Amino acid sequence: MAGETGTTMKLRDMATTIRSKNAGVDHVTFDIIFREPRYYEAAKRSEALTPQRIAELYRIPVEDVVSFVAFDPAQAIKFTIRRRRPAGSPGEPDTFGSQMYPPLFGIEIAVDDAD
Amino acid sequence: MSTQRQMRLMSPTGHLGFTPIERGSFEIGLRHEPDAIVADSGSCDIGPYPLGSDQPHSPREWQMHDIELIVRGARELGIPAIIGSASDTGTDRGVDDYVAMVREVVERERLGPVRVAAIYSEIDRELLRGLIRDGVEIAGLNGRPPLDEATLDRTDRIVGVMGAEPIIDALDAGAEIIITGRASDSAIFAAPALRAGYPKALAYCLGKLLECASFCAEPYMGKETVIGTITDEELILEPMHPGQRCTPASVAGHAMYERIDPFTETVSAGSLDLRGIRYEAIDERRTRVTGPRFIDAPRPTIKLEGAGKVGERALAIMGIRDPITLSYLDEVIAFARRKVEERFGPPGQPGGYELFYHVFGRNGVMGYLEPTPEVVGHEVGVVVEAVAPTRVMADEIAALGSRNMFYARLPVVKGTAGGASFFSDEVLAARPGYQWTVAHVLPVDDPRELFRTRLLTVGG
Repeated sequence: MAGETGTTMKLRDMATTIRSKNAGVDHVTFDIIFREPRYYEAAKRSEALTPQRIAELYRIPVEDVVSFVAFDPAQAIKFTIRRRRPAGSPGEPDTFGSQMYPPLFGIEIAVDDAD
Repeated sequence: MSTQRQMRLMSPTGHLGFTPIERGSFEIGLRHEPDAIVADSGSCDIGPYPLGSDQPHSPREWQMHDIELIVRGARELGIPAIIGSASDTGTDRGVDDYVAMVREVVERERLGPVRVAAIYSEIDRELLRGLIRDGVEIAGLNGRPPLDEATLDRTDRIVGVMGAEPIIDALDAGAEIIITGRASDSAIFAAPALRAGYPKALAYCLGKLLECASFCAEPYMGKETVIGTITDEELILEPMHPGQRCTPASVAGHAMYERIDPFTETVSAGSLDLRGIRYEAIDERRTRVTGPRFIDAPRPTIKLEGAGKVGERALAIMGIRDPITLSYLDEVIAFARRKVEERFGPPGQPGGYELFYHVFGRNGVMGYLEPTPEVVGHEVGVVVEAVAPTRVMADEIAALGSRNMFYARLPVVKGTAGGASFFSDEVLAARPGYQWTVAHVLPVDDPRELFRTRLLTVGG
């Protein structure tokens, strides 16, 4: 795999912005924004950043990752997950959805040295 | 270029009243000759309680602070001011509160007479019930099923989200200050531009980019003023805070904020398509935006937001320091839950109670989404949350659910005088629990349907 021949980096050292926030009352959306084009491209093609891997990380069914897109105008990867209950319901954590992103920091992305 | 017509909209805050507008960049903005001041005051982020219970989420003093700045600024320059989603939720009470504040400022500072429009957007539950019985399908958003009568029964208050149309009508009627009920953020900005005949795509796109004021600029700052300029071909974004810049990256980054789909923004009249959008730096502080498209809906829609009460709510706060107790934390919680069940039966029954343990220091922030729900520190804080049909019952469940952590019976106990520490041995009365019950879309013949406008003159 790429990781054996190239270098890997942690997402927190590649992206300039990693954030989460409610998108409507039923979802939390995550934005990972890159300044370096080569880091953005590496993240886009990475197998460590896919709906399946996000579902595993957050321990939710993959169907609850309702959207996963690359947004070129902002050099960003954006995905959205469905909450178990609407935001702000009794028992539901993090009303604004604004502290759901830290688990993304440690994701290892293969970065091709030749880039 | 210099002969090309343009309109300049000033956006001083992303949520009027949430925290006060910063005066410095607001004053600079006024000196940049804006054609209107536009501010959104609403958000669903604050949870379902303010809508369901019809309470403001922000202190009245801060709402007044922001309204005073905007009304005074708009009157000095002789330009219209539009404030959307009054008092966080856009209920009729919120619109009336804001109109009263406008009146207070205008009368106190002798800024009148001023023509004010109040546009109401609360929707009667029974009207929707009638539509459902007539066979109208009110489709659910986010995978929710269509709206049914049982859901309406669980709902205390509903608002419809207006597009630009009722606001354009109010401007046509000569309104100088417009206070709206719940409105699409982008529509309150689009309204004056659409009325002046600017292209729909650019008008709504300008609203989308300006709705959170300085969030479209960098570095990150809240409550600072930004001015957006629309022409027949392009948009130009410029921050008023001297330390901020609107860069292609900051503007593009904001375009996808708080949305599932970064390419589409849906409003009453149709949807904005951002696939072909281009962001270019004009200089270090200004960014030009071109290329959005607008697709008219075959039939207009009105998004509905509704919230209903789940029950009375009580909290207890405690901490655990004993490493032995911490290693048995799940058993401790299970013991306390059993003691509650012995008295009240299992949770989650119709008309019954619910009991939640938020364990900070393990997964209190992310709950069931926490990838590593383990205790790694030397202590945890536990918030016990009880929801029940009556306050007495909620209080009792919170007390039982917390005190029995103190009395938890474990295989190994060294501290036999209490297995938990109370921050204060009391049950705290919390606001009642509410839930977002309605997130649906109603098809309509005319986007003005269901909204009611009242025109009045204040300070005459």
